[in-house]
Amino acid sequence: MSCDLWRDWLDAYMDESCTPEEAAGIEDHLRSCPSCAADALARMQMKRATRAAAARYVPSPEFRLRIESSIQKTHKPFWKIVWVQGLAACAVALLLIAVSVSLWTRHSSREQALAELLDLHVATTASANPVDVISTDRHTVKPWFQGKLPFAFNLPELDNSSFKLLGGKLIYYRHSPGAQLLFDLRKHELSVFIFEDQPGVTPPGAGVATTREKGFSVETWSEAGLRYAVFSDAGPADVHALGDLLRAAGRQ
Amino acid sequence: MPLFARLYNFACWLTEDRAAAEDLVQETYVKALKGFSSFRQDTNFRAWMYRILRNTFLTSQAGLKASAFVSLDSDEAPAEPATTETPESFLLARGDQEAIQKALEALPMHFREIVLLCDLEEMSYQEIGATLGIPIGTVMSRLSRARRAMRALLAAGVQGGSQ
Repeated sequence: MSCDLWRDWLDAYMDESCTPEEAAGIEDHLRSCPSCAADALARMQMKRATRAAAARYVPSPEFRLRIESSIQKTHKPFWKIVWVQGLAACAVALLLIAVSVSLWTRHSSREQALAELLDLHVATTASANPVDVISTDRHTVKPWFQGKLPFAFNLPELDNSSFKLLGGKLIYYRHSPGAQLLFDLRKHELSVFIFEDQPGVTPPGAGVATTREKGFSVETWSEAGLRYAVFSDAGPADVHALGDLLRAAGRQ
Repeated sequence: MPLFARLYNFACWLTEDRAAAEDLVQETYVKALKGFSSFRQDTNFRAWMYRILRNTFLTSQAGLKASAFVSLDSDEAPAEPATTETPESFLLARGDQEAIQKALEALPMHFREIVLLCDLEEMSYQEIGATLGIPIGTVMSRLSRARRAMRALLAAGVQGGSQ
């Protein structure tokens, strides 16, 4: 390439607007061509001198004050609006993150609690001695828990339903005592866990929540300071029906 | 106020009159405030402000007068005087601020503004393109011609001064 063509690139090189490959090509040429090197040096010095010479006019303090006051009279400084908008966007983003983390933590805590209770249900149904008090009579099972639990609960009358009480046992879940009641419905077994409602211990949630957990139907709710959880491989409607019976008994 | 002093300096170079430059800067801020809702966050704020100032100038009486002498699309037309400049002559002029200021004043407005945006404001070619509303290829060719014209003016000044 001739020097004339290289010189066409000198401005872009000086203004740092070349690609690294183009800059490397120009630098190679400048190393071997004293004439172009002198031209490049002169252009750089010229650019530097222009920068110094062109910074010629300085606004007076009075003019600055006049502009500032005229702007403040009618408008909020718009460069501040840029910042305010940016800050607002950051605040919203942080809030969303905080809410997401909180919801995720809450969701994760609930999932973990349900998984642990499901393990207890499965272990109970797999056991040769699933319950400590074996009785279909609620007036036998409920008194059995007297003195064993720091709370009391009501059991529903099941004479007119398909559910059958099989018995109950005392369990400890996360260092808190609770009752596990076992019911039968058409050969399906249903566990009802009852604990004192303690945040961080019992599965969190609001109202009656019916979900599926690894193929099992699960229903949880709180009532009168107690937290209930029903687990079964029966359908969600059956689990909900037992839940309704227990809720009705709890209100008596 | 961001860019205030720089906008004022640029306005002085465009208008060649301090009082007119003050009016131009004031009008620029008023327009920026009014049009702030149209400013997109992902665009270049500096280029946006300079563009407002330049467009305001171009529609003013002084701007219309300045642009009447030379069309902004005249990049293909030869604008610089014939010269016998050499790199040495630029070196002779480099320390002479007054000579450079005179050369800048003597440049046509569309050459002067591009030299100021590049050399003083250190805008990238992309920013200059956004400010002047021209493609990067035109930025490069106009800048090259503007600098050549300036070198020619300086060389003529040096030769004239030494005679």
